[in-house]
Amino acid sequence: MSYVLCPEIPAPGFSFDNCKRNATLESKGFAVPKAIKTGTTIVGITYKDGVILGADTRATEDTTVADKNCEKIHYLAPNMYCCGAGTAADTEMTTQMVAAQLELHKLYTNRESRVATANQLLKQYLFSYQGYIGAALILGGVDIEGPHLYMIHPHGSSVDLPYGTMGSGSLAAIAVFELGWKPDMEEEAGVQLVRDAIAAGIFNDLGSGSNVDICVIRKGSVDYKRTYDEANKKGVKQGSYKYPRGTTAVLSTKVLDVEEVSVTPIEAERMDVV
Amino acid sequence: MSSGFTNFAAQNGPDDWRDAAHSTGTSIMAAEFDGGVVIGADSRTTTGAYIANRVADKLTKITDHIYCCRSGSAADTQAIADIVAYHLNFHGMELGEEPLVEVGAAIFKELCYNYRDSLMAGILVAGWDKKKGGQVYSIPIGGMCVRQEVSIGGSGSSYVYGYVDANFKPGMSKEDCVKFVSNTLALAMSRDGSSGGVVRIGIITEKGIERRVILGNELPKFYEG
Repeated sequence: MSYVLCPEIPAPGFSFDNCKRNATLESKGFAVPKAIKTGTTIVGITYKDGVILGADTRATEDTTVADKNCEKIHYLAPNMYCCGAGTAADTEMTTQMVAAQLELHKLYTNRESRVATANQLLKQYLFSYQGYIGAALILGGVDIEGPHLYMIHPHGSSVDLPYGTMGSGSLAAIAVFELGWKPDMEEEAGVQLVRDAIAAGIFNDLGSGSNVDICVIRKGSVDYKRTYDEANKKGVKQGSYKYPRGTTAVLSTKVLDVEEVSVTPIEAERMDVV
Repeated sequence: MSSGFTNFAAQNGPDDWRDAAHSTGTSIMAAEFDGGVVIGADSRTTTGAYIANRVADKLTKITDHIYCCRSGSAADTQAIADIVAYHLNFHGMELGEEPLVEVGAAIFKELCYNYRDSLMAGILVAGWDKKKGGQVYSIPIGGMCVRQEVSIGGSGSSYVYGYVDANFKPGMSKEDCVKFVSNTLALAMSRDGSSGGVVRIGIITEKGIERRVILGNELPKFYEG
């Protein structure tokens, strides 16, 4: 029984009630709606003073570009950010939820959040959903132990690496890193390398496109460079193709008056009270 | 050019990189010697045909004196190892001393057996304790647990059973055992496409673990025809 004062709490987690119905509909030829995926290039590296995360900004729905400038670098904590690839809704909600848990944990312990903690929260959450939450993440941040970078896969496995890429453009991007990454790079060189890796994804992978977002995390400071680079700048038209006023000849002119409209308010009838 | 890719994807099931689970198509090994155990593994993790990590570390710490070699699904084996590490550290605190290797293996077995229908995990548990010295326990996919003097695992192991049977001797010296393990893994990696990269070695004795890495270009060479 559900009451206004005591509402029934819905069961937590996914509901699979409609699975059988959906399977029947599918077998009868109804198209299954597809989730928006961020066919993506996301990357991360560690450098001398911290980590640099990078992402493209294209979101796709099948072969359609659903969003030309979306944000794939999510906030987790003041010293931590997380790139997301896979199902857009899943990466967004997963990172938001873990960001909330980290904030509460920080308030409870009075300490700066650790990247290893975020990694553990994310991987245990993803593992409990056995891959059904389609979130592939690159987690980066700086804590008391120094800079850290984790690749977290949808099934809940994770690795701690000095550099890495994920998403459909990961093959193009990793090639750039394998050629250009060195230990203890300067920030400027690191940002350039991350830009090049994302650009490789944007130009060579159909699922990735538009702009380059970059996030630099150092000890005690963060630089979120939204639209660091427009990889596909529109060309500027050399001349004006507008027709000047009067190019088309006026053959005839006719001016009409707008009729005056009068409004008569009608008094509402009183309702009978029984 | 595109048809090559299409056929390739068709052979390897769904071509969507998200659908293929991460697995440690692997060569792993553990062997007892006089005074401890040597554990070893290759460093390749794959997603379908793509090498997701070429420098993976499949030798995972449980306590200071107990390690495990992981094969199968990366997500499953990491989750199990984390849970066992939690239980065993808690047990160590209650006990007030280092946990026994057989206890570690028993916890692994309990999880692997109870969840055998939903797990893909083949684990070797190895370590040193005061009671029985260096020990190796093998926990294959169904959740059985058995102590062996030497054990191999993962997809690459099928190629080297003969080599292990021919060359293992009980009570070897430490360096002889390291040589035996690195030779076995190099042979497995050269025949198994899902294994490769570097050889990671761990030597667990009373003093704790000593880690070594043998780079891809420094691996022992055998007949390559």
